[in-house]
Amino acid sequence: MVLDELFIAALILIGSFFGFSAALGLLRMPDFYTRMSTSGKAATLCCGLLLAGVATLFQDAQVTARAVAAILFLLLTVPIGVHMIARAAFRVGTPMWRGSFVKPRFKNPKKELQ
Amino acid sequence: MRIFLLNLLLAISWAALTGNATLVNLSFGFLLGYLALRISPELPGGSIYFKRLQNFSRLCIFFLQELVLSSLRAAWEVFSPILKSRPIIVRIPLEIHERNQIFVLINLISLTPGTMVLDIAPDNSALIVHTMFVDNPDRFRQEIRLGFERRVREAIS
Repeated sequence: MVLDELFIAALILIGSFFGFSAALGLLRMPDFYTRMSTSGKAATLCCGLLLAGVATLFQDAQVTARAVAAILFLLLTVPIGVHMIARAAFRVGTPMWRGSFVKPRFKNPKKELQ
Repeated sequence: MRIFLLNLLLAISWAALTGNATLVNLSFGFLLGYLALRISPELPGGSIYFKRLQNFSRLCIFFLQELVLSSLRAAWEVFSPILKSRPIIVRIPLEIHERNQIFVLINLISLTPGTMVLDIAPDNSALIVHTMFVDNPDRFRQEIRLGFERRVREAIS
């Protein structure tokens, strides 16, 4: 029983840790693309772990089915949303971070293609 | 596909017989059904299904491992006081050409933190990917080709 609770607590705590790092990434990262990568996707792992924790906590068929469905739909929809927003930014030419904190530089992403 | 439905049917009947339709029991029934189909002789189309299921589960495990590793790396990047990463945008020529495979590949790349698909060439021949952690474009191309692309090609057709 105690082991069970520790496992659930670990799942939820690790999930919230990733949620926190996503929120912090939104504040700290220098340009649009890095913000998108650190925040948009850490949310997948965060929500997945939280939902898994909730499903193991309730041990109920209804809750488990909904948690699994929610995780599946997250895995399907998050990358499409991220891709559409990033593609719009890339086509418009939103400036991209190239450089360091000593010498911040922003450049047009289309000219930086390698 | 028919073998997959048969396997699913076995899992459902296992859950019905034990009177317990939780996810764990259903997966256990699926595993039992898989083993039963595996030892039964001469199923038409069986070997393709077994191979594909094996490749698919390998892809899932690889993706989960990649997701956790790169999430940790992204969190480390966020919490470290100085931003050390040098983001680059790389054009990756694709070896797979089927739409389903490309869709799965793009989903997987976009889901791992730190990498993000920005655009696709109009004829589906190349992806334009933004990455945070690898600053050598050739090494990144190699990683995608040997990591995700090969496994997607093996698992999905």
